[in-house]
Amino acid sequence: MADSTLPVDRPMELPGDLPGEQPGFTWLETLHTWVTTVDHKKLGLMYIGYALIFLLVAGVEALLMRVQLMVANNHFLSPEVYNRLFTMHGTTMVFLVGMPFIIGFANYLVPLMIGARDMALPRLNAFSFWMTALGGFFLYYSFLGAVGLQGAGSAPDTTWWGYAPLTERAFSRGHTMDYWALALVMSGIGTIGAAVNVIATVFCMRCKGMTLFRMPLLVWLNLTTAGLILVTISPLTAAQIMLLIDRYLGGHFFDSQAGGSPVLWFHFFWIFGHPEVYVLVLPAFAIANEVIPTFSRKAIFGYPAMVAASAGIAFISLGVWAHHMFTVGMSAPGNAFFVLSTGLVGVPTGIKIFNWIATMWGGKIRFTVSMMFAVAFVAQFLLAGLTGIMLSMAPWNWQLHDTYFVVAHFHYVLVGAIVFCIFSGLYYWFPKMTGKLLSERLGKWHFWLFVLGFHMTFDFMHIPGLLGMPRWIYTYQPGFGWEKWNILVGVGAFVQGIAILLFSFNMVRSYLKGAEAGPDPWDAWTLEWATSSPPPPYNFAIEPVVASRRPLWDQKHPEDPDWRYE
Amino acid sequence: MSALAAPAPPHAGSDRRAPSRGIVAMLAVIVAESAIFAIFVVAYVFYIGKSLSGPTPRQVLEIPYFNTVCLLSSSITIWLAERSLKRASTRSATRSAMRAFTAWWACTALLGAIFLAGTALEWRKLIYQDGLTVRTNLFGTTFYSLVGLHASHVIIGLIMLSFVLIFALTGKLHPQHRHRVEVLALYWHFVDAVWVVVFTVVYVIGR
Repeated sequence: MADSTLPVDRPMELPGDLPGEQPGFTWLETLHTWVTTVDHKKLGLMYIGYALIFLLVAGVEALLMRVQLMVANNHFLSPEVYNRLFTMHGTTMVFLVGMPFIIGFANYLVPLMIGARDMALPRLNAFSFWMTALGGFFLYYSFLGAVGLQGAGSAPDTTWWGYAPLTERAFSRGHTMDYWALALVMSGIGTIGAAVNVIATVFCMRCKGMTLFRMPLLVWLNLTTAGLILVTISPLTAAQIMLLIDRYLGGHFFDSQAGGSPVLWFHFFWIFGHPEVYVLVLPAFAIANEVIPTFSRKAIFGYPAMVAASAGIAFISLGVWAHHMFTVGMSAPGNAFFVLSTGLVGVPTGIKIFNWIATMWGGKIRFTVSMMFAVAFVAQFLLAGLTGIMLSMAPWNWQLHDTYFVVAHFHYVLVGAIVFCIFSGLYYWFPKMTGKLLSERLGKWHFWLFVLGFHMTFDFMHIPGLLGMPRWIYTYQPGFGWEKWNILVGVGAFVQGIAILLFSFNMVRSYLKGAEAGPDPWDAWTLEWATSSPPPPYNFAIEPVVASRRPLWDQKHPEDPDWRYE
Repeated sequence: MSALAAPAPPHAGSDRRAPSRGIVAMLAVIVAESAIFAIFVVAYVFYIGKSLSGPTPRQVLEIPYFNTVCLLSSSITIWLAERSLKRASTRSATRSAMRAFTAWWACTALLGAIFLAGTALEWRKLIYQDGLTVRTNLFGTTFYSLVGLHASHVIIGLIMLSFVLIFALTGKLHPQHRHRVEVLALYWHFVDAVWVVVFTVVYVIGR
């Protein structure tokens, strides 16, 4: 321990430690501390809690749709309600579940992992959270406040990408689209603020010895994501402003009557929309990058390659958007470009998959629930990537565009990769966030039920797609051979629902009476495990000094520190 | 423990100076803002000559030379103000340097205000004489959006410049606030730089 100083033992208790848990506080004072907080950990937890609530809401929306589709000629939902449900399900899942989850993890973990006491701009951090939160509540208020076509309360119903000219005033009367556009602008401002903060934190707040290439990969990937957010969410904000100009000021951006081009909206939306997938998936990779080495008892394989691959994915992802638009009618060179650029994404992604496997190879793997979710992620992400390559071929895409094959493909990415990683991360860091371990027994039930449900739903969903079942239809005639697949898909959805309820129960129960976690339950190596669980408001009593990528390894194994080899 | 770790771990330079948080954050904001402007510029360029009815840019737009000179020279004055503040923090002649700062800063705000007033006059002419509004045609929609987006950035910049000016006039601004002032100046330079792009697209290429 020449000069590595890590405050593993909690050296002091300051007054004002975790005010919410002190007995002298009334619930009003506790609420006040949470609402007015600028602490990155509390904001991180609020992001994650907010995402969990909306995960349940969007899950219920999905279940209602699956009930409707389980049998042919069903009248469980009306067509109008069905349209609102798939719009709200998509918008919620992307903007109110995926984004808050990944930003919540970044908020909570990035300062801890680089040995900082908070984010670089704590008040901007609080502002970003509340903008995101208000965006979500604003969107859902549309159920009550927006006057729809029928004159009653209504929600947006034009799919989560709101293709023009359907969103123009002539076709979407009432205020539903205004709620949608404004909600996305608000949450977009929040997201951009959070990304600015992550970048400033990583560049300005690293502790002594934490060079860029000693940062944990989670920090690297969140930095890459933050950079991607800046150039990805902004085009969406710009396009939504244009839509609002059209709707409120009578502009003609996407109004084909006045020479405007709806295809321009397609481009603008997917310039946001495709990199958005990587904005969501890179932080999911980041979680796997921490979980897999810890539970394989090996340092990550190919750290520089992982960093380069992340930057490569972020860069390539900016040039693939029009593979969502092969059926729009682009020129042959245009199609060819987007086929090739999309195929190129497979290269850095493949590097990552090989590196995760190489990390596990020869390791002493501990199959905790967190690790199980991470391993399932690697396998499922590979499959999701393979259907992605199929869909990136323009002729194949022409055949299957807007069928359930596409729905199955992107849910394989969003659920099979991102949601699995989020669960993996929750099982891994829940002990750090609350001081209590999640029950592994309930966790294994959660894992196996969720895997079963996931594969029932999304493996079988490919087949009606290949049989030509279009997306967005609220019902269908019998006799196309779609019924039995839709029943399996629907049953799988309910199995997933049960698994998520089990997980919610596990979180509440473990929080109330789970086993004490202690500062470092997994024998891990990054700095967040060097402080108590949950960490004190100031994170580290003494600023840590690190000498390698695995500072806690150096401290636990002073006879064989990492910095000798790096 | 310390005996075992005989060779001291190779730290990065112990006195690493982290870059200023404000500057890094502002650069990130500028990247995001550039992306927003880029989308509006693409929309503008895409719709050049696609309006179904008049008036066309050539008929109604006049090149705002004076405005442009005012806005671009405000970048120079704000740089001179920054330099004065820097001098105030190092030299003994603090008071005169602070006065120079206030003067240059006031110049910057004034030039920004002239630019904004020029835009207001241009818009008044376009609306009342030429009958061009957001609703008229694609040119109107894209023109008011792009120029208006830039003007709204000028307004935000002017509000912040005015705050600093008030602080400077009331003696609340001190040389140690230099780094915060630099962050604001960076934003102002960005607003000026964007005008070069907007000017080129709207008044040179689009006309």
